[in-house]
Amino acid sequence: MTSTTVTAATLRSLPFTVILGTGLALLIIAAALLAPYLAPFDPMRMAAGPRLAAPSAAHLFGTDEFGRDLLSRVLMGGRLSLGIGVAAVVSGLAIGGLLGLLAAFSGRLVQAVLLRVIDVLYSFPDTLIALALVAFLGPGIENATLAIAISLVPFYARVTYGLAAAERAKPYIEAAQLAGVRPGRLVRVHVMPNIGQSLIVMGTLGFSSAILSAAGLSFLGLGVQPPSPEWGAILASGRNYITKAPWILLFPGVAICLTVLSFNLIGDSLRDLVDPRRKGRP
Amino acid sequence: MTSTAILEVRDIRKTFTASGRTVHALNGVSLSLEKGETLGIIGESGSGKSTLGRIAVGLDTATSGSLLVEGERLDVLSPSLRREKLRKCQMIFQDPYSSLNPRLTVGRQIGEGLFASGVSDWREIRGTVADLLERVGLKREFAERYPHEFSGGQRQRIAIARALAPGPEIVVADEPVSALDVSIQAQILDLLAEIGRESLLSYLFISHDMAVVARLCDRIAVMHRGRVVESGPVAAVIENPQHPYTRNLLDAVPRFGRRRAGGKPTPVELPRHEDGDAFVAVSEGHLVLQAGGLRAAKTV
Repeated sequence: MTSTTVTAATLRSLPFTVILGTGLALLIIAAALLAPYLAPFDPMRMAAGPRLAAPSAAHLFGTDEFGRDLLSRVLMGGRLSLGIGVAAVVSGLAIGGLLGLLAAFSGRLVQAVLLRVIDVLYSFPDTLIALALVAFLGPGIENATLAIAISLVPFYARVTYGLAAAERAKPYIEAAQLAGVRPGRLVRVHVMPNIGQSLIVMGTLGFSSAILSAAGLSFLGLGVQPPSPEWGAILASGRNYITKAPWILLFPGVAICLTVLSFNLIGDSLRDLVDPRRKGRP
Repeated sequence: MTSTAILEVRDIRKTFTASGRTVHALNGVSLSLEKGETLGIIGESGSGKSTLGRIAVGLDTATSGSLLVEGERLDVLSPSLRREKLRKCQMIFQDPYSSLNPRLTVGRQIGEGLFASGVSDWREIRGTVADLLERVGLKREFAERYPHEFSGGQRQRIAIARALAPGPEIVVADEPVSALDVSIQAQILDLLAEIGRESLLSYLFISHDMAVVARLCDRIAVMHRGRVVESGPVAAVIENPQHPYTRNLLDAVPRFGRRRAGGKPTPVELPRHEDGDAFVAVSEGHLVLQAGGLRAAKTV
């Protein structure tokens, strides 16, 4: 209760990186949410201006090879990118978290098998797993989201297992077991509140990785399909005009960078804040 | 041993394998705890006393040997009956900080034991929790607070209330005061004694501190290297220690060391006991483990 109360003093004591990261992230999220109102043109409308026009007052980010307004495309693309990221992180965290908890609270055999499988999968870069899965499932936005979610599962399972196993060894969990608390309730009521914070932090860290995977898959033509404006997809279609119209690559590229940067800043700083060594202090 | 004991361990052995090496934590420990009795288990760290306590409440399982609660062997019971029996065995932990959940209110933590034993109405649970808090010397309204708002002594009182919630008959207290200030220790010990008398609890009181054990216990069992080397009524063991290890322990306490014979403690070779070694009766209920097995036993 007291530890979650935000006061002016705690806000001031937050590191600069958190404020920067949070500010940037809020800006990006707001831009994505308000994109339909902010976008000056329909992102799909061809010949909204001249082809490959440089940034100007009429088209702040310039236009692409079909004369579509790039600002509108980047704004609307943010909705897709962030949406894929959120969906992938939420489902990846849910599945990975459950597996991690299962490993932490099951018998020795189940635990050993689960952990070895998770370890093997964890040793592959998550983008590679996502790529392999999309190759198997077929391209498309739903399949890409699913593949990215699954690619995050080993990471989340590993982290959740580590946190839950550390909690399980604490005497208060043993005391609850002695009191007769059943395993399901033990995890829900006694373990989750203690690791939830850390899991949310891990969620933000996975989010930037999900955004990158989404852009990467779309760039390869395996994720969001043209003409839908997704940052990776815009990059892919613009790469042929890199010398003639570098702005087509610049703006979605910057958008990806800033999004990844802001969520990494938030995640890293929050991770320091909920460091177990600082936990339990009022 | 008779089966009137509320808790009994028979020839308990426990081996751990740590990085390829086998550690024998318990080498055949047999003890019984009578109803309403306080049995002190004393020994240095590594003597196996905590492992014994954990096995007694079911947090650990023995490698061999059996655990009996109210005369019934737990290993032959069905899991649900075993849970039922083990709910009568509660534990008070050493560290009053890590033994309380930092994210649950005190009332919730105490109430969980009542909820698990079948009380599903949280209004009723809250009432009982407040009664329990009062019983351990805390205010009823403390139930709404979180553990970090309390001092070490208060936390240990909360831990005692939590242990009492499921209505135990046996309480294993594993070094319950060694993490507390000396001034608080006596208060907690008095509270344990008072609650024990009122509720006819049987305590298995684990400690390395002879003075603490002497204050609270009816009987003592001295453990060394995973074996009970001497046991008997507190007065008999303290006044007339027979095993060299018990003497060492007593000499380490100024109060008891002086009382015996005077003079400086002389370093002695502690006997290495074998499985065949037998207990020899010194007086009524006072037993000491004799090295050399049955041959030595006959000579006494």
